[in-house]
Amino acid sequence: MTPISYYMALSAILFAIGVTGVLVRRNVIVMFLSIELMLNAVNLALVALGRRIGSMDGQVIVFFVMTVAAAEAAVGLAIILSMFRNRDTVNADELNLLHW
Amino acid sequence: MTQNFPALGLILLFPAIGVLFNLFYGRRAGREAVNFVGPGVIFVAFAVTLTGFITLLRLPPGAALQCDLWSWIVAGSFHVELGLRLDALSAVMTLVVTGVGALIHLYSAGYMADDDDYARYFTYLNLFALSMLVLVLADNLLQMFIGWEGVGLCSYLLIAFWYDNPQYAYNGRKAFIVNRVGDLGFLIGIFTIVAALAQHGVWTLNFAAMQHHAALLQPVALTAALLLFFGATGKSAQIPLYVWLPDAMVGPTPVSALIHAATMVTAGVYMIARLNFLYLLAPPAMEVVATVGAVTAFFAATIAIVQSDIKRVLAYSTISQIGYMMLGVGVGAFAAGTFHLMTHAFFKGLLFLCSGSVIHALHGEQDMNKMGALRSKLPITYATMLIGTLAISAVPPFSGYFSKDLILEGAFATGHVWLWLTGVVTAGITSFYMFRLIFMTFHGPSRLDRDKAHHVHESPPVMAIPLIVLAALSIIGGWVGLPHWLLWGDAFKRFLAPIVARPPHGPFGEPIVMLDVERFSTSMGLSGIALAAGLIGIFLAWMLYIQRPELPDRIAERLRGVWELLWRKYYIDELYDHLISRPLFWASTNLLNQGIDHNVIDGFVDGTGATVEGSGEVTRKIETGNVQHYAFVYLIGVVAVAGYYVYLVLR
Repeated sequence: MTPISYYMALSAILFAIGVTGVLVRRNVIVMFLSIELMLNAVNLALVALGRRIGSMDGQVIVFFVMTVAAAEAAVGLAIILSMFRNRDTVNADELNLLHW
Repeated sequence: MTQNFPALGLILLFPAIGVLFNLFYGRRAGREAVNFVGPGVIFVAFAVTLTGFITLLRLPPGAALQCDLWSWIVAGSFHVELGLRLDALSAVMTLVVTGVGALIHLYSAGYMADDDDYARYFTYLNLFALSMLVLVLADNLLQMFIGWEGVGLCSYLLIAFWYDNPQYAYNGRKAFIVNRVGDLGFLIGIFTIVAALAQHGVWTLNFAAMQHHAALLQPVALTAALLLFFGATGKSAQIPLYVWLPDAMVGPTPVSALIHAATMVTAGVYMIARLNFLYLLAPPAMEVVATVGAVTAFFAATIAIVQSDIKRVLAYSTISQIGYMMLGVGVGAFAAGTFHLMTHAFFKGLLFLCSGSVIHALHGEQDMNKMGALRSKLPITYATMLIGTLAISAVPPFSGYFSKDLILEGAFATGHVWLWLTGVVTAGITSFYMFRLIFMTFHGPSRLDRDKAHHVHESPPVMAIPLIVLAALSIIGGWVGLPHWLLWGDAFKRFLAPIVARPPHGPFGEPIVMLDVERFSTSMGLSGIALAAGLIGIFLAWMLYIQRPELPDRIAERLRGVWELLWRKYYIDELYDHLISRPLFWASTNLLNQGIDHNVIDGFVDGTGATVEGSGEVTRKIETGNVQHYAFVYLIGVVAVAGYYVYLVLR
């Protein structure tokens, strides 16, 4: 049986990749994908820990996360779409109206 | 012994009704109604006072009528119960305030006949009468202070009655501010007394209770007495705070008669007579009172010699006469001071009303250099004013003779020979300047302006009647205080005796050197000297202003410096201006306004704004608008919080 630490390490690596992607990539769509990656890293950790302690709670929460992620994707993509229509760009550096 | 007498409340109620009526309905009700209600309420108050007085006379000596009103301040063990008390002393004052007050109110109806602001005028005048009655009827010190402030306010309102003249408004403010200076002393005096009594658990300001606990006041008696006297110098126009009174003469003349001669300015004398138990505990304070009084009497009288404004002469004369009263109460002759207060109210009220009648007849002319030969044109005014002048000059049997004599006798009897001498000399000066006024106004050649000369007319009956009544009082008013060996004797002193006893010991504690003034020959001798001084004054005035009218100018020319000094009123106004007003203005402008207000306070407020703005200027750079920067900061936060928990777990 695969030790729990492997799952946790993979989850951590995936999460770190996601964080890095959100912070460094300028394309909003890629940032969005990176957020999905972070969510799924958390999902992996939840499932693995749930199995380890013999509880169904982990899997239940994962389903909730997936549902929310789906809704988030729908809303997020809609926002990105209307942003592109208005500004002709999906570059995060150019989307900085919220400043002084 | 104190008898309950609820009707005393009516004495205050009626003037209060007058105030409210004139304030809210005076305009709508019209001149007739105001002229009826304004004086009417005071006459009713006088009638009530008279019934109270008669009731009081039927009671044994030393009795008082009491009317409890309500609890004003209840704070822990400190109670101030408002109440009215009519004893011998306040009865005299109340009779003067309502009696003379009613006559002057009546006279005002005629004097203000051409003024459109009659409703406002009678509102103020009724309010004054109300405040003054609160002052004299008060049975405790704090209530007296309410009246004390009230009359000050009314004085201000009435001096500046014709407020569209900036000079008049200025004079009103001057009177108010100078009075405030004195009032501060009065207030601190009250605090001193409260503190001294409270130390021993006596929480009261009631006069009777204070007198009962007088021994507790011994440690602060000197301080309190001097502070209260400082208040009195403001209200009663004594050195050093007399400067407002001559300038107060810009108010309507009946106001000068009522407030600035007959009643309000004597409040200080009344206060000292009322608190005689306190002053007797502090002989040095009494010395101060007597000396200030005598010096003021002399000082003001000399200024009056050269003034040419008829009302100003009377104003300085008032200051001088109040000086006499202060001399009286200062040497412990409280009854004599109060007696002079009463007779002075009669004859000085009369003199002011007469001067008002002259001014009214001449359409506002107040300069005596532009009068003369009015005797035949204003016969009633002339006759009554002559009576008033004889009274103030202390010619027997006019009222001033008896009261002034009692004061001088009191000063002499207690060994104040110098003060007595000052008083005698002042008596001579008094009759000189008063007869100078009479001669310049009514005798000699006419110096009237051509266009005014043929409009001169005697005053209407509504003004003449108060003159005649007051003239009668000026003659017979003094007969209640005859020398003790004559007819009913000194009834006035006997009436007041239970309240104002003679001092038990002299100044600075040593036993008093009582000269036997009760002896007929001593009494007559003293009286004769004062009378001689007065007659010499009259004779000199007659010499200079009737026989040799060219002499005064020649003397003034010869004694240029002295004349200038008197004409400029010893440069006291200029002195105060340079020593007090200007430094204050300078300090207010440069230190307080420029320094503290503009630099410190504005600096603080502006600085707060500038700090916020500046720090915003710096910190707003953080807000880049770039979502990844926010995400990075967020990450740092998350790592920090997570790290903290990891630290807690691993520790």
